Amino acid sequence: MRPGILVHTMAGAPAGPTPGLALDGGGSDGRAPTTAVGGGVEAGSGGGRHPAPLLDSTAMRVLLMRTCLSDAIAPKVWKATRRALERAGVEVRVPRGQTCCGQPAWNSGHPGQARAVARHTIKVFAGTEEVVVPSGSCSAMVVHSYPDLFRGEPDEADARDLAARTVEFTQFLARHDLDPRAKPCGAVTVHDSCHMLRALGDGTSARAALDRVPGLEVREMANTDQCCGFGGTFALNYPELSARLGDQKAHDAVNSGAPEVVACDLGCLMHIAGRAHRTGTALRARHIAEVLGS
Amino acid sequence: MSSRRRRAPGGVTYDDVTGTLRERTLTALRDPGLAANLRSAGTAWAEQREVMDRDYGFNEMRDRARDIRRANIRALPALLTQLQHRVRENGGTVVRAADAAEACRYIVGLARARGVGMVAKSKSMATEEIKLNDALEDAGLEVVETDLGEWILQLAHEHPTHIIAPAIHLNKEEVAALFRAESNGDVPDDREGLVAHARMRLREKFAQAEMGISGVNLAVAATGTVCIVENEGNIRLVTSQPRIHVAVMGMERVVADWDEAAHILQVLPMAAIGYDAANYVNLISGPRREGEADGPEEFHLVIVDGGRGALRGSEFEEALSCIRCGACLYSCPMWRNVGGQTYGSPYSGPIGAVITPLLEGPSSPGSRDLPFMSSVCGACGDACPVGIPLQDLLVKARARSRSPATTKAGWAFRLWSLLWRRGLTYRLTIVGWRLGLRIRGRGGWVHRLPGPGRAWTSVRDLPSRWPPRR
Ligand code: SF4
Repeated sequence: MRPGILVHTMAGAPAGPTPGLALDGGGSDGRAPTTAVGGGVEAGSGGGRHPAPLLDSTAMRVLLMRTCLSDAIAPKVWKATRRALERAGVEVRVPRGQTCCGQPAWNSGHPGQARAVARHTIKVFAGTEEVVVPSGSCSAMVVHSYPDLFRGEPDEADARDLAARTVEFTQFLARHDLDPRAKPCGAVTVHDSCHMLRALGDGTSARAALDRVPGLEVREMANTDQCCGFGGTFALNYPELSARLGDQKAHDAVNSGAPEVVACDLGCLMHIAGRAHRTGTALRARHIAEVLGS
Repeated sequence: MSSRRRRAPGGVTYDDVTGTLRERTLTALRDPGLAANLRSAGTAWAEQREVMDRDYGFNEMRDRARDIRRANIRALPALLTQLQHRVRENGGTVVRAADAAEACRYIVGLARARGVGMVAKSKSMATEEIKLNDALEDAGLEVVETDLGEWILQLAHEHPTHIIAPAIHLNKEEVAALFRAESNGDVPDDREGLVAHARMRLREKFAQAEMGISGVNLAVAATGTVCIVENEGNIRLVTSQPRIHVAVMGMERVVADWDEAAHILQVLPMAAIGYDAANYVNLISGPRREGEADGPEEFHLVIVDGGRGALRGSEFEEALSCIRCGACLYSCPMWRNVGGQTYGSPYSGPIGAVITPLLEGPSSPGSRDLPFMSSVCGACGDACPVGIPLQDLLVKARARSRSPATTKAGWAFRLWSLLWRRGLTYRLTIVGWRLGLRIRGRGGWVHRLPGPGRAWTSVRDLPSRWPPRR
């Protein structure tokens, strides 16, 4: 029995200023603002693996944080995240006006500037729903660093509330035992991003989600826990050292025998892929949401 | 011996360090053997650490070690007073030095007053920090490093690359060459032969030294005992052969009692070298007493503040619980690629990048860049046996750093923050950016970005389509 699916995007969200470059959730990828698919009607035949079918009235609702990197480099990533969540029976709202979690400034030692942007994020994501983020790094920022960033500030309670509601995409799938029923896929290798693995302490959720993809084989690379060398502004401050680490990562990924590296963080991937392209290393890269939302 | 450790005025960093941190990084990256030596050391350490966890539940032991050290730091003033009393009761002398200059002045004065000509030293981060060798050599004393690795570095006129394994960046061929130059004679090529050669040369020095100077791993307040852990046996000689033994410690290295000391002394070698015990644990409670067969006539304990006291109660207080095991260095992908010498400070790796600027001050040119040479990957915090959240402290140390670069970045982030705290202005910047990406990256890749993006494309391309094209 497949759960009924309710797809709901922000009603009345405007089309973006430039077609194809639009940002906000609803309507921007050319879909009707609100689409109800199979409300109360059985759809598909995924059956068997879903212990708790969801009904419309009880459909899980989440807020999606697109992340600035996805907006800037790969809007496909947040759209794939939404698609995967919706296929797993989750109602996704993409709040308008969202920007960035503030990590670039926080990480670079400018907490005041980070706080101003984070404060905006807290307002945008007000509510009671879980906030799903297709990035280990951004969710670590909210979960782990917001309480620090807002310690002693008037909005500390709101910051802590958002931290408690925020969850990385594959962790969300694992937490609720959801299957986005991805299309079959071949072999991939997984890069554990540092913030996913250490700040969030999660080395299993990504693999658990990939395990459910038909035909997909995870070929583990050596030194999978070692940093790829992205590190945000570190990549700009110490490019050569960052590149050395990227080379080591690309090398380990290629040696896994898988043609493609997937990760929960776009930042790592654009660094690894960018470095691999510069050095002529044959390695494809895709965000895990693109695999799961395919 | 010409002096290899030159002092920046009042600083912890070496002043013979040249170039910017980034330039030194480049030099290190160009050294073909360095990363290989460091990585194999790091890998060996990591494998042993897993053994420790499997056989001894090391990861659980860390929780208690953390709690002990946090409590020690909270109770620091009382513990130091107690330590001081006990050492004096045991017949030793205690000196509290506010800074490096005070500590060096005392030790040099003591050596002069006792007519000392040669000093045998064992490995000690605190003496490295206060640049004691410079002070002693400037006063005309001969100083011999007796730790094998430190002696090698003394011969090479180099700074240590790791706080436990100072010469780990050199291989045995390089060491043999140094020994040959020192002895003008035949030196064997194999590992055992090299060690035997060093032992013979160093024993000759021990016989002549009138003063032995050591560091301190832990001091036990309850009994006034100094604990020094080692693998080579040279510390045993340094602390017992010469007439005078001077032990130098950072003020944070104190534990309350033997129960605590026993736990930390177990955790230390596990974290540092991945073995359940060090070869020697020296416990020293003052000078030789009547009826004892050996030991020095005089024992002096020099306790250095050097900027530590000011960290208590600050957001960096946790850094004081460090037991200088070096685990964070081995775990660090930066350190594994550029080595400790690149940092320009006796304290390298993640803990060095945090505490060097704390001890020197936020605008010290020698160390203010250090917290930025990290991807904040958190491997260090995971490795630390006393649970210091090094990755968080690195980020906080960045916020404290003062340099032209941080000022510039501050302005950039101010502008960024103005634009990205509103949906509309954010959207405009993103739309503009994506337009630029389309124009510049027609083939699927951008090969050159302008402005601050230039650093990105100096070593990598930027995908303008996603997923990136091959
Ligand atoms: S910070 Fe932790 S891991 Fe690093 S040297 Fe100190 S105790 Fe060891």
